[in-house]
Amino acid sequence: MAASCESLLPLVLLLCLSAQAVDRSNFKTCEQSAFCKRQRELTAGRSPYRALLDTLELSDSRLTLQLINDNNKVRLLLELYRLQGNMTRVKINELKPLKPRYEVPDVLISDPITEKLSVVSQDENSLVLSLGGKDQRLIISAQPFRLDIVEGPQVLMSLNSRGLLAFEHLRARKDTSISHKISSTVGSMWDSFKSMFSSKSESEQETEQENVEQQTDEDGQIKEEEDKPGMWEETFKSHADSKPNGPSSISLDFSLPGVEHVYGIPEHADTLKLKNTDGSDPYRLYNLDVFQYELHNPMALYGAVPVLISHSTDRTMGIFWLNAAETWVDISSNTAGKTMFGKILDFVQVSSEAPQTDVRWISESGIIDVFIMLGPKPADVFTQYASLTGTQSFPPLSALAYHQCRWNYNDQEDVKTVDQGFDEHDIPYDFIWLDIEHADGKRYFTWDPSKFPQPKEMLQGLMDKRRKLVAIVDPHIRVDSGYKIHNEIRSKNFYVKNKDGGDYEGWCWPGNAGYPDFTNPEMRAWWASQFAYDQYEGSMENQYIWNDMNEPSVFNGPEVTMHKDALHGVWEHRDVHNLYGLYVQKATADGLIQRSEGVQRPFVLTRAFFAGSQRYGAVWTGDNAAEWGHLKISIPMCLSLGLVGISFCGADVGGFFKHPSAELLVRWYQAGAYQPFFRAHAHIDTPRREPWLFGPDNTALIREAIRQRYALLPYWYQLFYNANRTGQPVMRPLWVEYPDDVTTFSTEDEYLIGKDLLVHPVTDEGATGVTAYLPGKDEVWYDVHTFQKHDGDQSLYIPVTMSSIPVFQRGGSIICRKDRVRRSSSCMENDPYTLYVALSSQGSAEGELYIDDFHTFSFEEAKQFVHRRLSFSANTLSSRNLAPDSQFSTASWIERIVIFGGSQPSSATLKNADGTESALEFEFDSTLAVLTLRKPGVNAAADWTIVLR
Amino acid sequence: MTCLHLLVTLGFAVSLGTTVEVQRPRGVPLTKKHFYEENKPFTCLDGSRTIPFDRVNDDYCDCKDGSDEPGTAACPNGSFHCTNAGYRPMFIPSSRINDGICDCCDTTDEYNSGAICENTCKELGRKEREVLQKMAEITKEGFLLKQQLIEEAKKGREEKQGKVTDMQENKKQLEEKVEALRTVKETAEQPEKEAKERHLKAWEEQKAAIRLEKDKAKMAEAFSELDDNADGFVSVSELQSHVELDPDADGTLTETEVQGLMGGAAQVDTSTFESVWTNIKDKYHSESQPEEPAPVETPPDEVKEPVVDNDSEPYPEDDISEEDDEEEDDEDDYHEDDDKAPPTVKTPEKSQEDEEAMPPYDPDTQALIEAAQKARDDFEDSEKALREMDDQIRNIEKELSFDFGPDAEFTYMYSQCYELTTSEYVYRLCPFNRVSQKPKYGGSETNLGTWGSWSGPENNKYLVMKYEHGTGCWQGPNRSTTVKLTCGKETVVTSTSEPSRCEYLMEFTTPAVCQEPNNTERSPHGHEEL
Repeated sequence: MAASCESLLPLVLLLCLSAQAVDRSNFKTCEQSAFCKRQRELTAGRSPYRALLDTLELSDSRLTLQLINDNNKVRLLLELYRLQGNMTRVKINELKPLKPRYEVPDVLISDPITEKLSVVSQDENSLVLSLGGKDQRLIISAQPFRLDIVEGPQVLMSLNSRGLLAFEHLRARKDTSISHKISSTVGSMWDSFKSMFSSKSESEQETEQENVEQQTDEDGQIKEEEDKPGMWEETFKSHADSKPNGPSSISLDFSLPGVEHVYGIPEHADTLKLKNTDGSDPYRLYNLDVFQYELHNPMALYGAVPVLISHSTDRTMGIFWLNAAETWVDISSNTAGKTMFGKILDFVQVSSEAPQTDVRWISESGIIDVFIMLGPKPADVFTQYASLTGTQSFPPLSALAYHQCRWNYNDQEDVKTVDQGFDEHDIPYDFIWLDIEHADGKRYFTWDPSKFPQPKEMLQGLMDKRRKLVAIVDPHIRVDSGYKIHNEIRSKNFYVKNKDGGDYEGWCWPGNAGYPDFTNPEMRAWWASQFAYDQYEGSMENQYIWNDMNEPSVFNGPEVTMHKDALHGVWEHRDVHNLYGLYVQKATADGLIQRSEGVQRPFVLTRAFFAGSQRYGAVWTGDNAAEWGHLKISIPMCLSLGLVGISFCGADVGGFFKHPSAELLVRWYQAGAYQPFFRAHAHIDTPRREPWLFGPDNTALIREAIRQRYALLPYWYQLFYNANRTGQPVMRPLWVEYPDDVTTFSTEDEYLIGKDLLVHPVTDEGATGVTAYLPGKDEVWYDVHTFQKHDGDQSLYIPVTMSSIPVFQRGGSIICRKDRVRRSSSCMENDPYTLYVALSSQGSAEGELYIDDFHTFSFEEAKQFVHRRLSFSANTLSSRNLAPDSQFSTASWIERIVIFGGSQPSSATLKNADGTESALEFEFDSTLAVLTLRKPGVNAAADWTIVLR
Repeated sequence: MTCLHLLVTLGFAVSLGTTVEVQRPRGVPLTKKHFYEENKPFTCLDGSRTIPFDRVNDDYCDCKDGSDEPGTAACPNGSFHCTNAGYRPMFIPSSRINDGICDCCDTTDEYNSGAICENTCKELGRKEREVLQKMAEITKEGFLLKQQLIEEAKKGREEKQGKVTDMQENKKQLEEKVEALRTVKETAEQPEKEAKERHLKAWEEQKAAIRLEKDKAKMAEAFSELDDNADGFVSVSELQSHVELDPDADGTLTETEVQGLMGGAAQVDTSTFESVWTNIKDKYHSESQPEEPAPVETPPDEVKEPVVDNDSEPYPEDDISEEDDEEEDDEDDYHEDDDKAPPTVKTPEKSQEDEEAMPPYDPDTQALIEAAQKARDDFEDSEKALREMDDQIRNIEKELSFDFGPDAEFTYMYSQCYELTTSEYVYRLCPFNRVSQKPKYGGSETNLGTWGSWSGPENNKYLVMKYEHGTGCWQGPNRSTTVKLTCGKETVVTSTSEPSRCEYLMEFTTPAVCQEPNNTERSPHGHEEL
C-alpha cells in the first residue's frame, strides 16, 4: 500500500487528489535532472581520455593505470581485476579527488576473489592482458582510451568505444554569488553553452575561460570548465537541491557486438526485453514511491538493481554497475563495425553488418565500479552475479504459501472473522497481513489500543490454526515525544540529518516523521534489537514483518522522496539513495533472526530494493491496479527481478487500486498461484474482496487456484533451496533454458518455474483460448491437468474456460507434490508425496526432492535436510541421496507415483534399501498413457528403487 | 504410516446415561455403518468400484468419492464424522484429520498428529445448552412481544385506515368550502379594485397638475437666468454658455447645435421659449443652484422582512429538535408550523420622497378594501386547511404502503430512531427512513444510507434491511448500510462496523423477528443420531 492519503493532512491530500493516474510532472525526466541532461548532451565521438601506459602497475591480481582527460588534464585512476568465475571488474575514480567519492558498501557479500592477470603483449598504444583460458583477452587501448574484451576472434564487449566515459571531477566552488545566479535560471542559458566534454583545442577553451580559477598540480594544469546551470544548485518543483559538492556525475558506455536482446535493470513497469531508448528517456533507476504507476515506460519505480543481462545465441553476459546514486541507462541499437577501430582490429574479425547493442550508464555521484560477467551460459551469469551479491534467502515454507492482505483488516475481530472465513470455505492460507492502521497512530512497533487491544491473543488464535501474521513496520518514525522509538532514535542521534545538520523531517503516514539513518551500522543494530519479544510488545514468533515506504517515501519531498542534500553521516543522501531500502530490510531481517537467537529463518517483505536485496526476503511490485494490463505486466516485472537475483517476487493479486471484476480477480489468483510471492492485497477504499465474496462459482475457482499452489509447494520449496544454494532464478524466462531458440527471446506471456513447469496464465478478459509456445525441438510437454502430451517446438492453441490455468510439465522431469491440501502449509508438513514422472521422448526423467524442518537454519548450520535425486530410466525409478553428509528424519512417505508417457508394465516391484522387495499395484490409463503406482509407502528420505517389467 | 487402526470403539453418552459401544471404521457416522461391513469387500458409496475391506482407512484413496477413507486424510474430497458425545456431532473435511489442530471436541480427529487435544464436548454442550436456554427464553418472551406488536400494528392500521376514510370525507367538505370562499373573495375584490383604481386615477391627475405648475415656474426661472441682458429674449449666445446642453456630449456646444435646440430661431421670447425648454429641461443646470447630486439609488427593500408569498410554504427550521423527532417524523413538521412561520408583513410600495404621499382612501373605498381582505383571508385559511388535510392523508397512505413484514410486526419502528454511541460516533438508525453517523465531539452528520429494501435471504427477507445512496465517499461509492436483525426482547442497535470502506454493518435486535419457539425443542445431547 502507499500513497493515497484520505486520512492525511491537507498538504498531502492536495498532492494526491490531483493524481488519478501517475502524475508524471511529479517525477523528473532526464531533461529535468541536471546531470542527466549534461551527460546526455554528450554524444558519441572520440574520447578525450588517454591511458598513460607508463603509469601501469601490475600485481598478481590488480592492475592500475592512470587516465588523463586531454581537455582538462584531470587524471583518473583505472583499476582492473580479473575475478574468479569469469568476471572482470573495472573501477575508475579520480586519481586525487578533492574529497573521497562514495563507494557502495555492504552490497558485495565479500571481497571478490581475484585471479592472476598477466600481460600478454604491449606496445606504444596498447596493452593486452590474458583473462585466463579460452584465449580471452582484455585489450587496453591508450589513445583514445578504450577497453575491449575478446575471446579468440570475437569481441565480447567494449568499454568507452563510443567515447562516452565522462567523469565530473570534484572541484572547488567559485564565486558563490555568481553560481547562485546561474543555478537559479536552470536550463535557460545552458543551451548556449557548449558541452564541457567537447573536444576543443586547449587554446579555444582557454579563451572561453576568462574568469575561471585554475589549479595546478605537479603533472600539469587542470583546466576548470565553466560552471553549467544545475551544477551547484538545482530546483525541481519548488524543491531546492543545494549541491554543496557541485557536479560529480559519471558515465561510461558499453558496446555488445552481436547482441540484440538485453534484459534486467529493474524496476520498471515495462517489457522483459529492454527497449531502445533513442528518442525517449533513458531507463531510470531511482527508488521512488510512484502513485498509480503507468505501464510501459522507463520511469523509475520503487526499487533498483543496476544489473543488465545481454543474451544472444552465442553468449549470455551481464554488466553490474555498482552505484547507489540516481542512475539512468540508455540503450541503443547499432551495428558492430561502427565502434571497431584502432588496435582492436588487429585482433578480431568484424562483420560491419553484425547487430550490436550499446548501453550507457550515467550516475549522479560515486565512482565507476563495474563487474563484467562473461557467462557464457545464462546459468553462469546467475552464478557469477550470486558470487558477488549473494543468493536468494531461503524463506520459511509458509512464506511460499498464500498470503491474505488488505489495507486494512480493521480489528482483531475482523482478523478472526476472515480467518474463520477461510475455514468455512475450505480455502488454505498461511499469512494474514496488517497494514498501517494496526499501529497506534502510525507509530510502528505499537498496536492501536482500541482495535488491537490483545495482539497476543490474536496471534495465539492464529498459531492455534498453524497460521501466521505479518505486521507492517515502515522506516518513517512519527515525531512525537511520547513515542519511545522516536525518543530513542533522537537521543542516540540516529536520524538522517538535513543539510544544516538538524534532524531531517518529512511528511508521511503519521504526519511529521523522522527517518532513521539505516546506513549507520549502529542504527541498524539498534533497529534489529527492537524486534526482540521483550521490546516489541504484543509480538510473537508467528508474527513477521513488512517494510513499506522505504524508498524512502517522503510525501512533501522532491519526487516524493528525501532531499538529496540530506546527510547520512558524511555522505549525502544523493550518494546512498538507492541503498536505503536494502538497509531497512536487512536491519529488519536481522532483527527477526536475532529475536529467535539465530534459530528461525526470517520473512520480510520490502517495496524498495537494490542489488543484494535478495539476501533479505521478498519483494513485491508495489501499488499496481485492478486492470488487465497490470496483471499482464506482473510477469515481465517478476522475470526481470529474477534475472538479477531477486527470485522472491510477486504482484498484489487482484490489483491494489480499484475494484477488480470477478473475472479479473479469478484470473489473477490463477496467475498469482504460479508466481513466487503469492499475496492478495487491496487499497483501503476498495470494497472487500476476500475470495468468497464473488459468488460460489468464483469462490470455487479461487479455491482451486490456491489449492494448486499448495499441492506444488514441495516443488517451489526445492526451487528456492536451489536458488539459495546456486543463485539460479526460480521464475525464468524461456530463453534461460532454451538459449538457442530465438523465438523465446522476447516471450513474456509465459515462463518457466524452475526448468520443468511452463506456465501460460490467462491474462485477457473474456479469453476463450491462449496460444502457448512449447519450446525444445526434442522436448515433450504434458498438460498437468489433462495429462495430454504435446511436442515441443510448436505454438499450441489451448481453448480455455474460467477454470483453466495452462501449465505444462516438461518431459524428462519428476516433480514432487503434496496432493493432500490442508488449511495451511504447516498442517501439511508430514504429509506424503506424490511423484509426477513425465517421461522424455527417450523414456527417462529426473527430479529432486528437498525436505527439512521448513523454518529454521538447521538445514545450513546442522545439515539437517533431505536432498534426493529421483531418476527414471530403463523402466527403473530410483531415489538416491544427493547429500550423504546431511541427516534429517521425516515422517513423509511416498504415497503415489504417476508416470506420464509410459507403457503398461506387467509388474512393478519396489526394492527397499534393506533388500526387501514387494509388488506394487498399479493402474494404467491407456488413452492418456498414464501409469499410477499405488502406495509405495516408502519413507521419503529412504533409498529405494522401483522396477517396471 | 500404513498401520492405522481400522476399527475403533466409540462410546456414546445417551440420555439415559448408559454407554453403548458401537464398532465401525473410524470417521463413519452411525447412519452409514451398514456400508462398512467388516471383512466383506467394500463398494465405494458412489458405486464406482469395489475394494478389499482392508483398504478402507488404509491411508490411500481408492474411491473417487473418498468413501473408502472416512478416517484418514487420504482423499481430497472425503469427510470425517465426529460423534462429539455430550455436544453436537459434525462432519469435518478429511483434510482436517491429523493436521495438528483440534477440530472435534471429542479429539477424535487428532489421533496420530501429536496434537494434544482436550475433550471439551461436555463443557461445550453445557455452554450451548445455557445459550440455547437463554435464547429460548428470549425467543419466548420476544415472540410474545411480537404478538403484541402484531396486534398493535393491526389496530393501528385499522385506525389509520379509518382515519383516512374520515379525512377523505372531510376533505370533500373542505374542497366545497374553498370553492365557496373563492367566489366570495372574487365578488368582494371586484368593487375593491374599481374603487382603488378610481382613487388612484384622481390622485394621478392631481399629481400631473402639480408637476405642470412646477415646470412652468422652473421655465420662467430659467428664462430669466438665461436672458443675461434682460431684453426679454434668450439668444443663441446666451444659451451657448450652458455647455451641459451639448446634444452630442463632445464637450462643446456649437452654435449650430444651439440653433438646433432653439428650432432654428436666433432668439426666443417667453412664449416661444416653451418649445426650447422642452428640449433642454432634462439637462439644464440652474445657474443659481449647485449641481444636483446624482440621484442615489436607495437599495430597495433593505429593511424589508422577507415577503412570504401566500402561494409558497415556509420551510421549517432545519434542525428538528431531538424530542420532536421521537414523536413525529420530518414529514409532519412541514405542516404544523403556523406559529413558526415568519410574519407576513406587507410593506408599502416604493416610497416617493419628493412627491407628496397619496391621500388616504375615502371611507367608502376603505370599507370595500377591508371587506375584500377579510374574504381573502377566509379563502386562504380554508385553502391551507385543505392542503394540510391532503398532506395528512398522503402521509398516512405512505405509511400504510410500507412493507412492515408479513404480520406488520415492524410497524412500531416506523418514525422511531435508535442510537448507538461508540468511542467516536453516535450512530442512529431510523428504520424505513435513514441511517446516520455523527461525530461524538462536534462535526456534521453523515448520511449512511436511506431506506432501500428488505434484503435478507430468500427464505426470510425480513432478517436484513438495506439502506442505500448515503453520502458519497472520496474515490469510492456512496455510503450504504446493511442492518442485520436478530431476535431480542428489546429493540436496540447492538453494534456497528465498517467492514469495507463506506459499507456499514449494523446489528439490531427486535422482538419482531422472534420465531415461534419450537415445542419439540432440540436437545443438544449429541444423541440425535441414535
